Amino acid sequence: MSILAKHTKLEKNASLLLVFSFLAVTVGGIVEIAPLFYLENTIEKVKGTRPYSPLELAGRNIYIREGCYVCHSQMIRPFRDEVERYGHYSLAAESQYDHPFQWGSKRTGPDLARVGGRYSNEWHTAHLKDPRSVVPESIMPPYSFLAENELRIEDVEAHLTANRMVGVPYTDEMLENAEADLAAQADPNADTSGVKERYPKAVLGDFDGDPLRLTEMDALVAYLQMLGTLVDFSAYEPEQNLR
Amino acid sequence: MKAALRHIDFQRGFQMKHATEAIVVGLAAFAALLAVAFAQDELFQAHMTILTLVLGVSTIVLMRRVKFGNAYAVPGNGDSSKYMDGVIRYGVIATAFWGIAGFLIGVIAASQLAWPHLNFEPWFNFSRLRPLHTSAVIFAFGGNALIATSLYVVQRTSRATLFGGNLAWFVFWGYQLFIVMAATGYLLGITQGKEYAEPEWYVDLWLTIVWVAYLIVFLGTIVKRKEPHIYVANWFFLSFIVTIAMLHVVNNLAIPVSFLGTKSYSAFSGVQDALTQWWYGHNAVGFFLTAGFLGMMYYFIPKQAERPVYSYRLSIVHFWGLIFLYIWAGPHHLHYTALPDWAQTLGMVFSIMLWMPSWGGMINGLMTLSGAWDKLRTDPILRMLVISVAFYGMSTFEGPMMSIKAVNSLSHYTDWTIGHVHSGALGWNGMISFGALYYLVPKLWNRERLYSLRLVNWHFWLATLGIVVYAAVMWVSGIMQGLMWREYDADGYLVYSFVESSQAMHPYYILRTVGGLLYLAGALIMAYNIYMTIRGKIRKEASMGAEAPVAATA
Repeated sequence: MSILAKHTKLEKNASLLLVFSFLAVTVGGIVEIAPLFYLENTIEKVKGTRPYSPLELAGRNIYIREGCYVCHSQMIRPFRDEVERYGHYSLAAESQYDHPFQWGSKRTGPDLARVGGRYSNEWHTAHLKDPRSVVPESIMPPYSFLAENELRIEDVEAHLTANRMVGVPYTDEMLENAEADLAAQADPNADTSGVKERYPKAVLGDFDGDPLRLTEMDALVAYLQMLGTLVDFSAYEPEQNLR
Repeated sequence: MKAALRHIDFQRGFQMKHATEAIVVGLAAFAALLAVAFAQDELFQAHMTILTLVLGVSTIVLMRRVKFGNAYAVPGNGDSSKYMDGVIRYGVIATAFWGIAGFLIGVIAASQLAWPHLNFEPWFNFSRLRPLHTSAVIFAFGGNALIATSLYVVQRTSRATLFGGNLAWFVFWGYQLFIVMAATGYLLGITQGKEYAEPEWYVDLWLTIVWVAYLIVFLGTIVKRKEPHIYVANWFFLSFIVTIAMLHVVNNLAIPVSFLGTKSYSAFSGVQDALTQWWYGHNAVGFFLTAGFLGMMYYFIPKQAERPVYSYRLSIVHFWGLIFLYIWAGPHHLHYTALPDWAQTLGMVFSIMLWMPSWGGMINGLMTLSGAWDKLRTDPILRMLVISVAFYGMSTFEGPMMSIKAVNSLSHYTDWTIGHVHSGALGWNGMISFGALYYLVPKLWNRERLYSLRLVNWHFWLATLGIVVYAAVMWVSGIMQGLMWREYDADGYLVYSFVESSQAMHPYYILRTVGGLLYLAGALIMAYNIYMTIRGKIRKEASMGAEAPVAATA
């Protein structure tokens, strides 16, 4: 019996057709995706990566809410021009706590994977309020409402807990201090020793030019200012991480 | 007489059930109101307010037993067919409506890139409109086209009415509710931040329920068929429904922060999340926009051309080849990223192999016209169906080419990708859906023919010209962008700053908007044509082949 003749069985049995087509479409995903969860060399071992501070996480959620990923990538490819333009190529480890990832697929605007520390807080605030006030040729939409909206999060700890459930190593101490850390990071008068200890390299201080209020602008700029700054590349050896 | 009686019975049965439905929808509206009261964040409160309003209005409509006379009732000799076509009539109208909405939002978004002062924060910024545009055309326009045509085709090719009776109505209205919730969510800023999978966890759960109901209706109808064979179009529809269910459930796995809030965190992170997302994203193209629409092709092209499908053997080979290979191609969206090299290479190899089964579909579609090519001259509907297959062939060649790592290093992150997507979406998905709508409307409303074939011709040329402008402009701007980013001067410095490359795009972004406007204009003509056909009008016009040359007598 030829294969074609056997195929008529499938054409006459809806359940068989369903089962076989389902099997055909599962193979690729299993072979490609499943190994990423257990192959140890998928994510490099690097020093410096850490979970987001509560304020950075809140800023990241605003980044997602506003759809920044629609025009900005966070993934520098290992090409000479990209490395010179944006900095060291991105490592898998640098987004290992990103739920979801924000690598993006389109650069209508520049890559932001290492934008942290490149511009001042004042520049970011002015740029987000009115992009063309600092970059006349820019086609970016304005986000001035972020400076007006107070940062309101019902339960900061719940956000960290949800992240812990999906695998981000937030400690009990981080959870307990979530609310306080969120406020302290953007308050120039607060005691920030705890934030510094729990979230090394976190950028501290007022971000939006109004130290009396904690706004969505504070959170977003805090997030932008830490992007790509955590890994110490002087101690990174790419040869040990060949994949 | 008997047919008329059955029609009345059906109507009465339908109306009696409204009582239960009104109660269920009313309770759902009340539950949504409770969610407003106990919402954990302002966005959830706003979104649930919208849901309460939508469900509240639906309850009132159900209680008043409003009948959408024009769309539902078919004049003439009662219901012309023994099939359940009411839901398909609604589907046809919904397809046309969401299509125009999606194209319009596309034109607005394109204008915003050309003239940034057209952004109105916060709700109408480009960054919120772009997901609205992509979802409106893929899921609202494409999804309604797929649901309507698949339910039409499966009844005809199985010689059976839809399984589950009013479950098909639940699928239709449930899907519209999904669209409304997703769309309003985007404008409010409710998003998961994963492309083409933006709706948050509760909207995802709702879609899962609707999709399972859709699978039950479709599969159930195949099971009770009176034909021994399952027709090839139904293989494609079935694999599309099953695969989309799998992709949707896996890619949207997430932990909500609160069951009364919008925010959730994806179950996966970083590199794993990226590949899962593009396994989903690429196969939304592969199964939603390819396999499903091939199902459409396998019914409407042979019907309109009045020719059998070219090759049965080819359809078997390319069906299994297509669904098996497509699922591997996702990693080509992640070339040169932090995804391990082996996965990138695997994705590239399978993407290139995918070229062949993709073209199997094109060959089978085009060759079905063997011996009927002359019909292209007189039948603009067939012309629309055929050019859609031609665009399908072009974009399934361009895709594998762009998945080659060396090409991708230039094309990735640029407008070239956007151009590629649009030649596929506007050319293949759009054109074949228009062709199917033109085929369906006279049949579903029991009309002699369309209001005007000349207007179909106008639509055809406006749309084709629009696509050509759009795609050509995006090639130029994309390749230019890619080259500007990597341009070095003699001293080894980068020549252009990023914003200079962005500035250089301005003329192309204007032209792209023009291309989109042409396409939108064509769709508006279609809407008018469909409306007049439903009203039973026939335009007085010269027939399409009138000016054809007469063979000279020797």
